[in-house]
Amino acid sequence: MLRDITLGQFFPGKTLIHNLDPRTKLIFTVIYFVALFISGSFVSYAIILVFLSVCITISHIRLKVIMKGMKPLLIIIVMTSILNLFYTKGEPIVSFWIIKLTYEGIRNALFMILRIFLLITGTFLLTYTTSPMQLTDGLESLLSPLKKIKVPVHELSMMMSIALRFIPTLIEETDKIMSAQKARGADFETGNLIQKAKAMLPLLIPLFISAFRRADELAVAMECRCYHGGAGRTKLKRLVMKNRDFLALMAGAVLFGITLLFNSLGI
Amino acid sequence: MAPIIKTEKLNHLYSAGTPFERLAIKDIDFEAEQGEFIGIIGHTGSGKSTFIQHLNGLLKPTSGKVLFNDTDIWESKAYVRDVRFKVGLVFQYPEYQLFEETVYKDIAFGPKNMRLTENEIDLRVHEAADFVGIEHELLDKSPFELSGGQKRRIAIAGVIAMRPDILILDEPTAGLDPRGRDMIIGNIRSYHEKMKSTVILVTHNMEEIARSVQRLVVFESGSILMNGTPAEIFMQGDKLQKIGLAVPEITRVIMRLRELGLPLNPSIFTVEQATEALLNLKGGRKRA
Ligand SMILES: Nc1ncnc2c1ncn2[C@@H]1O[C@H](COP(=O)(O)OP(=O)(O)OP(=O)(O)O)[C@@H](O)[C@H]1O
Ligand SMILES: [Mg+2]
Repeated sequence: MLRDITLGQFFPGKTLIHNLDPRTKLIFTVIYFVALFISGSFVSYAIILVFLSVCITISHIRLKVIMKGMKPLLIIIVMTSILNLFYTKGEPIVSFWIIKLTYEGIRNALFMILRIFLLITGTFLLTYTTSPMQLTDGLESLLSPLKKIKVPVHELSMMMSIALRFIPTLIEETDKIMSAQKARGADFETGNLIQKAKAMLPLLIPLFISAFRRADELAVAMECRCYHGGAGRTKLKRLVMKNRDFLALMAGAVLFGITLLFNSLGI
Repeated sequence: MAPIIKTEKLNHLYSAGTPFERLAIKDIDFEAEQGEFIGIIGHTGSGKSTFIQHLNGLLKPTSGKVLFNDTDIWESKAYVRDVRFKVGLVFQYPEYQLFEETVYKDIAFGPKNMRLTENEIDLRVHEAADFVGIEHELLDKSPFELSGGQKRRIAIAGVIAMRPDILILDEPTAGLDPRGRDMIIGNIRSYHEKMKSTVILVTHNMEEIARSVQRLVVFESGSILMNGTPAEIFMQGDKLQKIGLAVPEITRVIMRLRELGLPLNPSIFTVEQATEALLNLKGGRKRA
């Protein structure tokens, strides 16, 4: 079922990770990404991996859920690692016909798999433990200095939160319309590419119509409540950094330092 | 007579393996005879929609079986597809599934998927339009130009046009005004009478179900709580009230009159029956 897609979904909870300020989590994720991209040794990857496992354990997110979310991305992981495996120059260990396996190739491929895996799992951890509303609130607050140079930060974050809010609704809607058309014998699975594309019409047309209808209704509802953009707007839930947030950020800085250290040592 | 459709120990688990896991229906045993008119009632979230989507193979049971004419519908891929045409399902708010440029084409979508000939399709579209009271001039209009009630009836016609052996409707009158409701229920009843097919109607409206169906099935948290004729079910008003369902208003009036001492039959559930009973009572007294 479409609804079982877990990518970008939020699993409510009350763990330490859930309770962190979204800004902390966002900054942390950025640090984590940078650490991931600069690290190029097994030890540094291992440290990041251990660190991530600890975070996952604290957050009570089940490994099964993460693996399930990973599934659609498996092809990308496999493709990039294969490309890395065969297209890295270096001393061949084994070679037959046009295929050469090099030490560097294997190393690169392994690193690539690890890197993508860690990257995605890190993102999952963020979205699984932070509600879309918190996420956009955090982003808005972090980006608010850009308002000085006339970037419409509030409008952008409002658009983003609306978009995020409607993803599950649209998925649900897709599911419903699909079932309704299947009940009239629509066939979404068989046929060649053109037939398949044509078979999507009975799904896409109602979906677009309802998306426009919803947008319209939402706009009216917002106007009825006198929404007029960001100026002078106060928040129901104000973001407040607590001690645990500073501790978490410090942990992030330490992680970054250690990765950097091992990386420069080259082990 | 063998039942036309039957379920055995049907279970369905949504979002298995996630924190949102939920057993929507549990061990449902259900049977429907050829030509029966069955009503399904139950509180919001009791699993009615989940259940009926198993009957035409849109949902695959987590465990248990669905037998159509004594054959498991999941026996082969071809059979499920076949069953989809034989068990027509009209969803909640079906007007949101309309997509074609004209009403005609939209009603023809099902029959076309059945690979019928042009003539046959034409016949069925007109027949279905007649059943739901859509004038033939409307057939060339865009479905999006019509009113909500008309759209609803067109969507129902789209399923009727497949001439299913079993017609299932999920809350076909939700969100309509009383006139629109009566019209659709009338259409469904005349369809049942003329085509002699099995009809299963899911609804929250006790009045409309009381008047139409021969048998009533009550769902409660994923299981079948009661199963019997409307008279049998509505007599147990307390039990229904306990699970958040109401008996028809007229039954409540009758119950109250009985409490006040009038010798009335407790199984009255339509206004017509009540009028008759009360007139009888009055006439009887006069004569006495
Ligand atoms: N696609 C789904 N994914 C997960 N849970 C679902 C899904 N569809 C329904 N459920 C859950 O299964 C239960 C039964 O839902 P169902 O739609 O069958 O109820 P219903 O009796 O039709 O209710 P209503 O009268 O409101 O239409 C509900 O608790 C609902 O939250
Ligand atoms: Mg329902």
